[in-house]
Amino acid sequence: MTRLKWPGPSQNLQQLPALSYGMAPHQNYSPLQAKAPLGPGLYPQNSPYHPPSSLPHTPPLSASPVPQMPSAQSTPPPVAGGGYYNSPLQTPAMGPAWHYNTSAPVTPPHAHAATNHMAPPRSMAPSTSSPAPGPGLPPSSAHGYSQTGVAPHTYHQPVRPPYGAPPSAAAASGPRPAMGPPPPIGQPPPMGQPPPMGQPPPMGQPPPMGQPPPMGQPPPMGQPPPMGQPPPMGQPPPMGQPPPMGQPPPMRHPPPMVHPPPTGHSPSGAPPPMRPTPPPSGPPMGNATPPTPKADAQWDAVNHSAPPSESEEGDVECPGIMSGNGPQAPNSYNHVESQPGAPPPPGPPGRHLGHYPSLPPGYQSSPSGHTTQPYPLKQQPYQQPGPAQLSPSLAALSLQSGTPEALRVVNLLQERNLLPAGPITPPTPCLPQDLQRVNCNPEVFRATLTSIPQNQSLLNKAKLPLGLLLHPFKDLSQLPVVTSSTIVRCRSCRTYINPFVSFLDQRRWKCNLCYRVNEVPEEFMYNPVSRAYGEPHKRPEVQNATIEFIAPSEYMLRPPQPAVYLFVLDVSHNALETGYLHVFCQSLLDNLSSLPGDSRTKVGFITFDSTIHFYNLQEGLSQPQMLIVSDIEDIFLPTPDSLLVNLSESKELVQDLLKSLPTMFEKSMETQSALGSALQAAFKLLSPTGGRMSVFQTQLPNLGAGALQSREDPNQRAAAKDVQHLSPATDFYKKLALDCSGQQVAVDLFLLSAQYCDLASLGCISRYSAGSVYYYPSYHQQHSPAQVERFQKDLKRYLTRKIGFEAVMRIRCTKGLSIHTFHGNFFVRSTDLLSLPNVNPDAGFAVQMSIDENLDDLQVVSFQAALLYTSSKGERRIRVHTLCLPVVNSLADIFAGADVQAITGLLACMAVDRSVTASLSDARDALTNAAVDSLSCYRQSVLTIQQPGLLSPCCLRLFPLYVLALHKQKAFRVGTSTRLDDRVFAMCQLKYQPLVYAMLMIHPALYRLDDLTDQGALNVNDRTIPQPPVLQLSVEKFSRDGAFLMDAGTVMYLWIGRNCSPAFLSQVLGVTSYAAVPENMYLLPEPETVRSNAARPLRREPDEDSLSAEHDRGQDRLRPLPLSLKLRPLLSVKLRPFPLSLKPRPLLSVKLRPLFLSVKLRPLFLSVKLRPLFLSMKLRPLLLSMKLRPLFLSMKLRPSCF
Amino acid sequence: MVWSRMKDISDKSHIRSRWCITLRITPLLKPSSEPHDRGNMAFTFAAFCYMLALLLTAALIFFAIWHIIAFDELKTDYKNPIDQCNTLNPLVLPEYLIHFFFCVMFFCAAEWLTLCLNLPLFAYHVWRYMSRPVMSSPGLYDPTTIMNADILAYCQKEGWCKLAFYLLSFFYYLYGMIYVLVSS
Repeated sequence: MTRLKWPGPSQNLQQLPALSYGMAPHQNYSPLQAKAPLGPGLYPQNSPYHPPSSLPHTPPLSASPVPQMPSAQSTPPPVAGGGYYNSPLQTPAMGPAWHYNTSAPVTPPHAHAATNHMAPPRSMAPSTSSPAPGPGLPPSSAHGYSQTGVAPHTYHQPVRPPYGAPPSAAAASGPRPAMGPPPPIGQPPPMGQPPPMGQPPPMGQPPPMGQPPPMGQPPPMGQPPPMGQPPPMGQPPPMGQPPPMGQPPPMRHPPPMVHPPPTGHSPSGAPPPMRPTPPPSGPPMGNATPPTPKADAQWDAVNHSAPPSESEEGDVECPGIMSGNGPQAPNSYNHVESQPGAPPPPGPPGRHLGHYPSLPPGYQSSPSGHTTQPYPLKQQPYQQPGPAQLSPSLAALSLQSGTPEALRVVNLLQERNLLPAGPITPPTPCLPQDLQRVNCNPEVFRATLTSIPQNQSLLNKAKLPLGLLLHPFKDLSQLPVVTSSTIVRCRSCRTYINPFVSFLDQRRWKCNLCYRVNEVPEEFMYNPVSRAYGEPHKRPEVQNATIEFIAPSEYMLRPPQPAVYLFVLDVSHNALETGYLHVFCQSLLDNLSSLPGDSRTKVGFITFDSTIHFYNLQEGLSQPQMLIVSDIEDIFLPTPDSLLVNLSESKELVQDLLKSLPTMFEKSMETQSALGSALQAAFKLLSPTGGRMSVFQTQLPNLGAGALQSREDPNQRAAAKDVQHLSPATDFYKKLALDCSGQQVAVDLFLLSAQYCDLASLGCISRYSAGSVYYYPSYHQQHSPAQVERFQKDLKRYLTRKIGFEAVMRIRCTKGLSIHTFHGNFFVRSTDLLSLPNVNPDAGFAVQMSIDENLDDLQVVSFQAALLYTSSKGERRIRVHTLCLPVVNSLADIFAGADVQAITGLLACMAVDRSVTASLSDARDALTNAAVDSLSCYRQSVLTIQQPGLLSPCCLRLFPLYVLALHKQKAFRVGTSTRLDDRVFAMCQLKYQPLVYAMLMIHPALYRLDDLTDQGALNVNDRTIPQPPVLQLSVEKFSRDGAFLMDAGTVMYLWIGRNCSPAFLSQVLGVTSYAAVPENMYLLPEPETVRSNAARPLRREPDEDSLSAEHDRGQDRLRPLPLSLKLRPLLSVKLRPFPLSLKPRPLLSVKLRPLFLSVKLRPLFLSVKLRPLFLSMKLRPLLLSMKLRPLFLSMKLRPSCF
Repeated sequence: MVWSRMKDISDKSHIRSRWCITLRITPLLKPSSEPHDRGNMAFTFAAFCYMLALLLTAALIFFAIWHIIAFDELKTDYKNPIDQCNTLNPLVLPEYLIHFFFCVMFFCAAEWLTLCLNLPLFAYHVWRYMSRPVMSSPGLYDPTTIMNADILAYCQKEGWCKLAFYLLSFFYYLYGMIYVLVSS
């Protein structure tokens, strides 16, 4: 077996992949997985686990590098696990060097791609090996190898030539062969596989990736060091030192993240030997230049030329380094970077934000969400060779050690501080490292259970929901883009080729979803990254779990539509009172030129009160012409041709209109609103092209079609046990939305109203047309400056963010799994297809899955989300995300892989559905039951040692807290006065927002501001951003002499204690004493001192940590800083609901009762509605009364009948 | 004797055996009527009800089959849920009304047993229609929720159950008709 592998190694990178792939599907993989990496291997038997549970971490960990444990404890358990491993491995960082060398010559600029490719292959090999080290690994590994071995052979020859060319490559190859054989033997952990790894070292890095807390990040971490970048980073401590990885601090993705990218730039220069090529991620842009003249032919010139404008959208295409040279071959591979550029547009919201755009590319890429690691990390992992040799062993370690930590028993009644200091990182799937390295970033694609149960009954036993959370159109800092005349897909299930398919030999690949064996098309044999022929497994498509294709014409039903924007504005008296028109017109004027689009972009305007006003903006007119249609019953378009006009041709007219619009209706006394008719008119206008309709509404529509009536009784808000009217009052808006959806029109709703607007009904227009809803309660120009500012920022983000038109998203999953329910804004067109007339980067989706068939014979399952859309530039593109997860067969493994944040997010979506279809109290009960059931299941089935107290596995320790937080969320709370619209809006948000934001909404992050230190601070763009620990949302954390910042997603609160130090007050707030704090303060004053400088970036902290672009989302979190004295007491009350101490108690009491009377069964047949039917006294007489009988049965009648 | 034969048929009958059923009916009637024929067979109102119900049930069987096929198509992606709901929704009320109609007929004919057998279904129809989603047009199915796996599975199951019920009742009505004819 080893021999087989060896051949692979000789080729280095290439072979490796082959091996891994071969293994992948059933045969190879299964053996491996079964034993080593996946389920059993990880948490082989329950018994082993239990002990660990009782004894915190030690046992399992010890097997691997022990040191990690400590770190793990402090930090998020699951994630941390990964971190441990890394540290040991990192040392070898150098390994990657070869990769770089080899690849470098070819595609220096594409460092990403190249690196990626390289990495995966290695990873593959290592992965196999890694499992081996585990318990029963050896046998499994053997299997995998043998097969793979064959493949490698074929590969070798073709591959080598290309590689050989570069001197470095040659050198690398040389060593490998040598390396390979010996290592396998000598190195136990790597097993036979490692040898092939010659590259394994690179692999090793990946492992670090996986291990590091965030997964993907670690690798980057490891890599950077190898790069030599570490020094440049300045964060070197975490980076450079592998050990730091293991440590909790490194855990914070942000730091590691940040570093890597920067390193990429400078480092590349610095460590020349290491990577001849450019830095992978951030650099891509810069790299563009480096081209190697030679083979470039294949690269797309197109990408090269990509206009800067794209960058604005968020995605910038970086032509391959080579790109410029050759003609555009059918196969081209471009790096696309979405620069944080996206962020800039949105980012601008805050003045302070200024720094955002300025961030070096590296940083930008690095930003990570609170919970997740930055996207870039993933890719980086590949690139970075990291400690190659260590990789296999590390992988093994990670698998084993990770679980123990996740399953460590926590007694919730005794632990007071459950929150990790840093962000909460998602657990790392227990996959072979090579697979994990290329796995999809958890920010984009995430599962509630990172270990998939083998069958439905096991899933039911675990009482945890199985589902996926997607953020498919997220602004990415780097995204490989492939232009190819043929997109390789499985012929039976149409799955796109992805890193988790297996190559049976050079010409055939096996689909990882349906297991059909497909041919590799001729075109695919050529690898544009390495310019080598015969390495299908090294193509970018097979090296990246997230990739974008430029779709050929087969993917178009019609020519790509232009960007079309239609604004539908309420100009009734009420609307003018609020003064929103001024803000809107000004924002649009400011951003007119940055609307995403090309020369075909069209805009149009409709205003309405009790009549509908159209605006003729035809080029050539001296001024805009208003056309009024008062027949709202039968709406028609006065001049169909000139209402939607080309923006570039009629720009002046549009500007004129925007300038005059706010004053045009000032004297209007019309109070009625014919929204329904206006929407119908807008739909007629847009239906030939499709596009985006932005509707601004300030009151309840009360005229014409779609008129609504107020359904809310304010007096019942707090009293009512169950909230009524959560479902729409009419299906007018839903039907219209479906019509819109069919014509590729999306409706975004901006609701600015002081009164009840029936968002439950109005919201349908956006919900089913894949639009978004913005809600500004009590919006008024003078009275609510915070709302005005939020509206401005939102608008800016809204107008300038990326947009995809006429999109559809299909989610495929391995046979045996099926999609149960979708959550989000869209129309479900078939069992796995979502129709999205528009898609934007702020849209998230959730999917509930069910297991239809036994997955016994599978080691891994995959999920693929493919988003087909038309970019604002009129390009048809497909963005594909693939996620691979292990299958496990024990409850312990399932619990170990539970991702508490994802579970909470999915439960919130399910609870929203439940409150609409059943009732709010039902939903609340169901939430409670979910927490109770899962914990009691854990206690009964997983814990062997029964202890008193409320026990929870470490990975789920926040679950009860989050469920409690959900109960207190606006959407689900009862007992307090909550306006119906507020509630419905919160529900929309829970379903529609990406997980990162939803989690902030559910459980805000609290920081203490007055004692910031530089410990663990981030260094971004020459600014130090302190990283204070996240505090528990409990009054006990508050003190009168502190200042606290609470980040609730769309709003941030700054709480100033009565005895707050004057120094803080004067430096940050610019006032001398507590008494001088102004009543209303929405922004911090401009920084004048060092101190306020420190706090300033902090405010943005969430943004900085995470991907910068997306975070802005137009809602500047900094904006509303309500410091009013009135708010101060309020805030404290607000926070009280979350105290941890209260949590376990209610849970326990409620716990056991509802356990088995699941709510589902009750309503079905026994519903009260049915009872009266049969038993009501009213009916009885009818049926049985003797009086009636004679009528028909009387003898008199009978004869007449016959 | 008739009864036993009927049973045989009903046991073997499947949806696809529509043709077989119709073919068998004729031979069945002849032999069965012969031995019992006393020369005083009367065509009562009850018999008329049964005959009517027989015909209407045949129609309902077609409805049920159509229903099943439609949901199968939905599940296999052959059809757009909007189109599918547009074709299904107009059929819902007619089906319910037909069923209600012969329930009333049986009521008038004082066929209590038959009525009792039908009441549960009638009650189910009432409940189902009362709990339908908010819709401006008649019908039950909402294209935005129909693709939910739970609802889809429920509708499919409902289709099969109804088909079985209608088939059984078809033979029951046949029996009932003959019985009434013969016994009166």
